Amino acid sequence: MNNKSIVIDGKTIPFEDGQTIMQAAIAAGVYIPHLCHNPQFTPHGSCKLCTVKVNGRNCSACTFPASEGQNITNVTKELNDDREKITQMLFVEGNHFCPSCEKTGNCNLQAVAYHLGMTDNHFPHFFENREVDASHPDVMIDHNRCIFCTLCVRASQEVDGKNVFAISGRGIDKRLVVNSESGLLKDSGLDATDCAAHICPTGAILIKRTGYKVPIGQRIYDHAHIDTVTLANEGASHDE
Amino acid sequence: MQNFIRNLAQENDFQATRLLKILRAVQARYFYIPKQAIEQLAEMLHIPRTQIQNVIEFYSFFHLEPRGQFDILISDSITDLMLGKEELINYFAEKLGVKIGEVRADGVVSLNNTSCSGMCDQSLAGLVNGYAITNLTKSRIDEIVENVNKKLPLDQWSRDLFDVQDNIIKSGLLLNETPIKGEAINATFARGLMETLNEVEKSGLRGRGGAGYTTAWKWKFCHEENADQRYIICNADEGEPGTFKDRVILNSYADSVFEGMTVAAAIIGATQGFIYLRGEYLHLYEKLEAVLAERRTANLLGKNILQNGFDFDIEICLGAGAYICGEESALIESLEGKAGIPRNRPPYPVVSGYLNKPTSVNNVETFLAAANIALHGGEWFAAFGTSKSKGTKIHSISGDCAKPGIYEYPFGVTVQTLLDDCGASEVLGVQIGGPSGTFIANNEFKRKIAFEDLATGGSFIIFNNSRNILDIVHNFSHFFAHESCGFCTPCRVGTSLLKKQVDKIVEGHGSAGDIVALEELCQLIKNYSHCGLGQTAANPVLTTLERYPEVYQNMLKKISYEPGFDLDKSLETARRLANRDDAAAHLAQVEE
Repeated sequence: MNNKSIVIDGKTIPFEDGQTIMQAAIAAGVYIPHLCHNPQFTPHGSCKLCTVKVNGRNCSACTFPASEGQNITNVTKELNDDREKITQMLFVEGNHFCPSCEKTGNCNLQAVAYHLGMTDNHFPHFFENREVDASHPDVMIDHNRCIFCTLCVRASQEVDGKNVFAISGRGIDKRLVVNSESGLLKDSGLDATDCAAHICPTGAILIKRTGYKVPIGQRIYDHAHIDTVTLANEGASHDE
Repeated sequence: MQNFIRNLAQENDFQATRLLKILRAVQARYFYIPKQAIEQLAEMLHIPRTQIQNVIEFYSFFHLEPRGQFDILISDSITDLMLGKEELINYFAEKLGVKIGEVRADGVVSLNNTSCSGMCDQSLAGLVNGYAITNLTKSRIDEIVENVNKKLPLDQWSRDLFDVQDNIIKSGLLLNETPIKGEAINATFARGLMETLNEVEKSGLRGRGGAGYTTAWKWKFCHEENADQRYIICNADEGEPGTFKDRVILNSYADSVFEGMTVAAAIIGATQGFIYLRGEYLHLYEKLEAVLAERRTANLLGKNILQNGFDFDIEICLGAGAYICGEESALIESLEGKAGIPRNRPPYPVVSGYLNKPTSVNNVETFLAAANIALHGGEWFAAFGTSKSKGTKIHSISGDCAKPGIYEYPFGVTVQTLLDDCGASEVLGVQIGGPSGTFIANNEFKRKIAFEDLATGGSFIIFNNSRNILDIVHNFSHFFAHESCGFCTPCRVGTSLLKKQVDKIVEGHGSAGDIVALEELCQLIKNYSHCGLGQTAANPVLTTLERYPEVYQNMLKKISYEPGFDLDKSLETARRLANRDDAAAHLAQVEE
């Protein structure tokens, strides 16, 4: 151990060399909202929900290294209002209808939205036509709900050693693609037991025939807030 | 096809880093990238097919569906629009018998728009199969249409169509110098490498791409990094609309640029350099290859350069239509054969760049200046300019003026001086530094061009009083939405929302709250985006909204709420299905 530290919202937090602000924060029980980050995989830094002010400058906590002398603000009205708008951007970009989605109550996008007090979508909807790939016997992709966080991409590469998923295209035309000649999930090497099949923070990648095994009302975020759940899960994962 | 792909992969040593080069060749040969080619390349280059698919979908010049044998693109820069681009592209489409964005039924020709092709001083411009065409008029369009319909091979077209002029109107410190062929290398080794670095530091040279980072520091950090290989990269991805000075420098001062790269390589300890040339400048490729070949013959490149015991060579890599690749880490990703998505920083490229080795990426003009500084010394350069912005800057002037072209001035020059020299009158405002820069109004022309006042990468677009601010903002907003790489949420979604919001106001559907919503969206994109593209994408709106709030206000409807779309038009499908067109099947936009 050493005694290097950063300050987040006035609280002194120890860190070790090589840790990101996010890693240090989670280890110290400080929640910074995020969607594309998961401590199991290489940080990506794309959703921008974890933006914090480091000595007055906006930085992504999940990729920015912690270093001595950082005075960080995380929970402020300004940051949370903007995080809410970034979340709303994700909602209008895709087609997210929580009440009819089998992920409801277990969905990180939905839970972050509740955490930030989001009550509407604010921005005009894109209403993009996106498809469903139900070709695989055990797993389905509903592209309407993909937020391009690349968690499945990284899980497949880094944990499953398979490279089943990738993000393709530019700008607003970005889309999740499957590494198979047909482009269909059934022709890829994905198994229902793969980490990549279970990592989706929204309802874009789902295991078939399991959607309502846990009834609505008994789901993760029906009883706990995302900050507590995340700190419990990711704090534990970090300790491993 | 199988043999073609195999030979191509072999010529490129089966290196995945050469993916763009390989795909450029496939696209040129088949007019698209066939699925079979993707499969074969994935296997031969040992990369997932999805990486190839991503690269194809990311870059504008690669296609998964066939384009015409003659693929014609027309530059969609604001300066092109000001010269009547809409009318001319429609004329082109009509004469060719093809819709914009589509391929003619016989597969011979396709026509589309493209982002600024770097020919704003000789607009209307475009590309035919990647080669620049300039000064398009109806008669030149007629000639092209005739060539296309005769299926005349490109090398038999009149050379005049492909004529690209330098248009150097005002030379200064750098452009007055003759191309350097070894003199700076000799001076560098005679003086000493670190002593030359000191000269570059003394010169005060800052990056000429626009960001203005001190060049000597970049080289110093790169040099100090512990590594077995380092790289020098020349950023010739001149994509900022209205900028074309690098094209001219490379056309007429390529030797000096390569000399600058060689000096930099000697200082930082690199043996390999790359010049990342934007795809739109394909017409320069052979010429630059010839200059490199001459330099190899003269031992200015290669092994033991001028008997100094130093090895270095330069490879030209062509882009494929992506503005974002001008961002240095995106450029590095592209050089590695991937989509141009800016990396997370830190680490910076000087620590971990190309193939994760220390890499210095500098602008074309920076290398031109560096070569001259290595030859003449730091004082020579620092004698010009201001205390914070030393030396001269080369500007690309276009838009409403009598003499568009290349102008070199010491930093600190006023905007008014440029306007006087290029023959601009009745000026409404000037876009400085391109869409990502600043729009200034005609009461600000005493302001100075320098990093401490108006920083610029060299784009200077003039608008006279006949121009509409909102047309300019409209064009720029569409540009950024088209060029956003899509990596981060605020830029990917934000630039598209911004485009829609600007459209809404420009088309007259805006209401009271829409200016507030517009500004709020701009701040969000600016403050939260991952890289410079997103951080500057809202500048056109922000800098004009600040100066001309009334222009925006006047577009708003005088009601508290206005639907963001045309209600009546949206009912068209319903009317068609119901086979009705009576008055009751129509809807007024607002209740009067």
